[in-house]
This record gives sequence, structure tokens and C-alpha cells, in this order.
Amino acid sequence: MKLVTDNLTFKPEKEYFLNKVSLEFEAGKLYTLLGRTLSGKTSLLKTIAGLQPIDTGNIIFEEKDFSSIPVWKRNVAMVYQQFINYPHLNVFDNIAFPLKQRKMKTSDIENEVSVAIHKVGLLGFEKRKIQELSGGQQQRVALARSLVKKAKILLLDEPLVNLDYKLREDLRNEFKNIITSDLSANSILLYASTDPLEAMQLNGDIIVLDEGEILQSGTAKDVFENPTNIKVSEITNDPAMNILKGSIDSNKIILNENVQFKIPKHVKNIQAGTYHFGIRASDMILDDKGFDFNIDIAEISGSETFLHLHQNVLNIVLLIEEVRNFNENDKVKINFNLEKLYVFDGKGDLLFSPFKMN
Amino acid sequence: MRTFYLTLKYLIITLWSLFVIAPFLWALSTSFKDFNSVTGGATYIPWLQFEPSLEGWKVLVRSPAKGGVDIIEPYFNSIFVTCTASLISVILGTLAAYALSRFKFKAGFIKNNDITFFFISQRIMPPIVLSIPFFLMLGFLGLLDNLFGLILVYIVLLMPIAVWIMVDFFNKVPQEIDETALIDGCNPYQAFFKVVVPNSIPGLIVAGLFCIIFGWIDFFFAFILTFTEVQLLPVKIVALNSSVTPWWSLSASALVSVAPLIVVAFIVERYLSKGNLSGALK
Repeated sequence: MKLVTDNLTFKPEKEYFLNKVSLEFEAGKLYTLLGRTLSGKTSLLKTIAGLQPIDTGNIIFEEKDFSSIPVWKRNVAMVYQQFINYPHLNVFDNIAFPLKQRKMKTSDIENEVSVAIHKVGLLGFEKRKIQELSGGQQQRVALARSLVKKAKILLLDEPLVNLDYKLREDLRNEFKNIITSDLSANSILLYASTDPLEAMQLNGDIIVLDEGEILQSGTAKDVFENPTNIKVSEITNDPAMNILKGSIDSNKIILNENVQFKIPKHVKNIQAGTYHFGIRASDMILDDKGFDFNIDIAEISGSETFLHLHQNVLNIVLLIEEVRNFNENDKVKINFNLEKLYVFDGKGDLLFSPFKMN
Repeated sequence: MRTFYLTLKYLIITLWSLFVIAPFLWALSTSFKDFNSVTGGATYIPWLQFEPSLEGWKVLVRSPAKGGVDIIEPYFNSIFVTCTASLISVILGTLAAYALSRFKFKAGFIKNNDITFFFISQRIMPPIVLSIPFFLMLGFLGLLDNLFGLILVYIVLLMPIAVWIMVDFFNKVPQEIDETALIDGCNPYQAFFKVVVPNSIPGLIVAGLFCIIFGWIDFFFAFILTFTEVQLLPVKIVALNSSVTPWWSLSASALVSVAPLIVVAFIVERYLSKGNLSGALK
């Protein structure tokens, strides 16, 4: 069983919602659509569901043209970013709705719904009204309603993004367990997210979208280790990878007159010229023998500290894995873990990565 | 200090309530008067200040042959015309409003907002402008002085209100709810009737209420488009007037004519304050 999107393009006005999106989804796998807001994630999901028209392109599912099948006959399930349920029905009837729509037997419906309610942890809430539930519980109802259908295609559109931080962390693991345990050999799971961390945790195939276009697709490891260009590195890293403009002389990397270092081993046979250098916030350390930087902002986030630093026009974000207090405008010395240096060319395409490139 | 504000609050509420209720009480008291007690100076309390008489009320139900003005038939005519026109207006208006809220229409430079405005513009025109065309059209159709003719005209007047209220209401219902219904196996009609309509009951009630009020209080078209065969309540009430103004029967008929609206208002208020209608969608 395979879902193929072939050259999907949708451009209702000036901007592309989808731009030549060609992908293949295989059954039994989890795909994460990673991209910023308005990057086309929701468009792609809605197109697969049949809720959004396309200008050109085809969707083929199980070797049949999907585009001519109306939404209500497609057997897809979708969970939205907003907590969408039927406000006039209670929890049980909400989850039973798609089954009643299929004219399933009442006893079967009761079984299926109670299994789903159990799975999402809403036991005892069957008779509650939707408005009496918290956001997290409402989203559990929506998830249960989409699971109960046993749809062949399950679409999750940033299901956790509207929840508060703590709940999101809790639900993320739980949702992941629920959906992956339900992911059988005959269903395809698409999960849209803006959060690189979430995408990495889900650990499926990642498809990086921007302005309706696919920038890169591959395993989570692959996308993390070898972002094909600067844009991908920005979308797939949080905090974003530091991109520093600099040049290469015969044997040195020059970021500015003060910050210069020798070319690391994995960067081979590089010509002199200007390049973009990428280094993650976690790949730098405080080091007394390092380069002088001024602190602009020091922010503590959980058990980590982010330092926003500058030296002349060179701006860097550095991550320290402990809580430490710094004062603004203090000076610190930092050093780069050069083995983790990325090199992008003038156009922004990846030239050298610290990891093995395919 | 707190007592002061509390006193002030209740004082203001009391004054305002008196201001609102006084005309009703006055009309009620006047409706039990006769010629002598109306002209005999300002009196308010029956038995104490004047001898109550049921003449004002009896006139309303007495047949014209015996010198009365029978308002029972016009009363039921009014109820029938208002309710039928309101029901049809709300049904058609809701369908139109849903289409205007969910689908994009385009005919040249005319788009959704223009169509919505077209509906509302029917209400912007002074009624007098519409009176002659309506008169001619109903005359052509042979529906002058006819309840169904009036219903047709009232639908033209009331549907814009329903469209206006329901477009606004549907715009606040997330489109994702309809989409979810489609995904869950409803075709567009099922999505509308099984999901959208049950969640729009507050809007439907408000739209229906407005239609009933505006239909019930109309005098102008009822006056122009009917003669002798059928009459509506507002026209009949005005017809009560003669060379000697019968304040007692006018008061009685005024009370009779606002009574249904008061009943409707109390029922709806009950529902609204229970929270049964508000907050179904957030």
C-alpha cells in the first residue's frame, strides 16, 4: 500500500501553497512534515484529505487516482491544531460519530469507542460535554475519534501546539506511543510540526517544507546531520544553527580579524573564497584560551543557559548545559568545536558536514 | 461606603424599572376605565380612585354588528403571517448564509460581501419606496388583500435580517468543524444538518426572534396591501380610533398586542441565562 503525491501545485494567489510536491508514503511508517507556519504543511495534509483543491498534480493511493474520490469516501482521519470536536455531542457520541456515520452496529460501536476511550485515557469522561474538558482532554477526544475509524491514512496537524508547555511535553510521548502502537502495516501516518525537537523525538522520516516546496526529505538522523542547505538547518534546529559569514584563506578560516582558526580535518580540498559556516549552539564551549565575546542576553531555559553573544558584527548563540548567571555586557571567552563545523557555499548549499554525507 | 454604592445601585435599578414598567401599568389601568374616568382627571388605582369597567376589553371581542371591533381574527392572522414568514425566512436565510460563509462566489466584480450587502440593502431602502412596486406586483399576482401575499412581502423584509445574523454566526463557527464532519464520512448535506445546524441553534433562535419582532410590529405594509378581506392586528388597532378616542380599548389592544412578544422574550431569556444556548462553540 502506497500513497504517492505527484507534482502537487496549488497557487491560489501570489504565493505557492504547494509547489511541485512529489512524495511517496509507505504503509507502516511515520512521516513528519517539518516547516514553519505557512510553509504548506496544512495544505499538503488537507490536499491528501481532499479538503483543498490543487492546480496541477495527482494523488495516487493503492494504485488508484485519489483525486476523484470525495473527502467523505476517502477513509482518512485528521486531527487539527485547534481542538476540533462536535460541541453539541458528549465525549462518547463524538468518538462514535464516524462509526455511526458508517451505520455500524450499536454494540460494535460501543466496543470500539470504549477501546479508544481507554487508549487515550479518558475513562469516566464518556458523558461529559466537550466544553467541560480541558484543552488536552479535548485533543484526546479528537485523537480517539480519528483512531476509532481505523483509517488507512492518519493526518495529524500540529496536534500539540495549542497546549501549554508542560502538557505538551507530557502528551507528546503519550501521543507518540498511542499513534505508533496503532500504526499497523496498512496505515500511513503523517504528522505536521513546527518544532524540530518534536520531529526528532517522533523519529520517523522527516520532510522539510518551506513555501510549499520540499527542501529535503530523509530520516530524522539524516536531516539532522546533513541539512542540504542553510534554510533546512534553520528549520530543523532549535535554537537555529549559527550561520557565520567568513572566508577561507590558504589554511585558515577567517570569520573576522580576531576570530580565525585552522581548517578542520573533515573539510577537504576547499578553495579560497567566501563561505557560510554553520555551528550549533551546543557545539561551542566556554574556554579561557578562546575568543573574546560580549554578552548581549543571557537566558535560562529549564536546565540550560543560552548566551547571545557578539563581537563586532559577529553574532552567536551559545548553549551551556547548566544554569549559570551571567550579566549583560560581561565578556566571556569561547571556543568552537571545529569537528562539528558545517560549511555552506555562497548560495547556501551544504559543502561539508561533520557527519558522513551520502 | 459599600452600603452607599449598594443603595445607589438599587436606586438606579428601581428608577429604570419604573421607567420601563410604568407605561405598561398605566395602559393596564387605563384599559379598565370608561369615558368618565378617563376624562375625570389623573387617576391610577382602580376601586380606590375610579370604578373599573371591562368595556375596553369587551369591545375587542364583540362583533362589529353590535358596535364592537373583533380583533380575534386579525390577531390570529398576525400570528399566522408573522410565524410563517419568520420560519421561511430563517430557513432560507440560514441556507443562504451558510453558502455565503463557506463558499467563495465570484461573478465579475461581485463577490460574497457584495451579495451579503445586497440582502441587507433591502432593509436600507425606506419602506415607502418598496410600497408601490409591492402593490403592483401583488396586484398582478392577484394576492392583494391576501394572507399569502403578505407572507411573501414579509419574507422579502425578514430574510435579510436572518441572512445578516446567520452569516455573522457561521463566520464564527470554525470551518474545521465542517471539514471534520466531511472527513468523518458526512457528505456536505449531512455535515450541514448533522453538525452545523445543531451547533447553530443559538444563532437560529436569535435570527427567529428578530424576524418575529420585525414581522409582528409592521404596520406599513399590512396597511397598504390589505383592505377588507384580511386584516392584521396593527391595522385593526389603528382602526379602533374614532371621533372620540377610545383610550380604554386602545390600551387593552396595545397590551394584547405586546403580550406574545413578552412571552417569547421570557422564554428566550430563560434559555440564554441557563447557558444552554450561549457558549456551545468557543
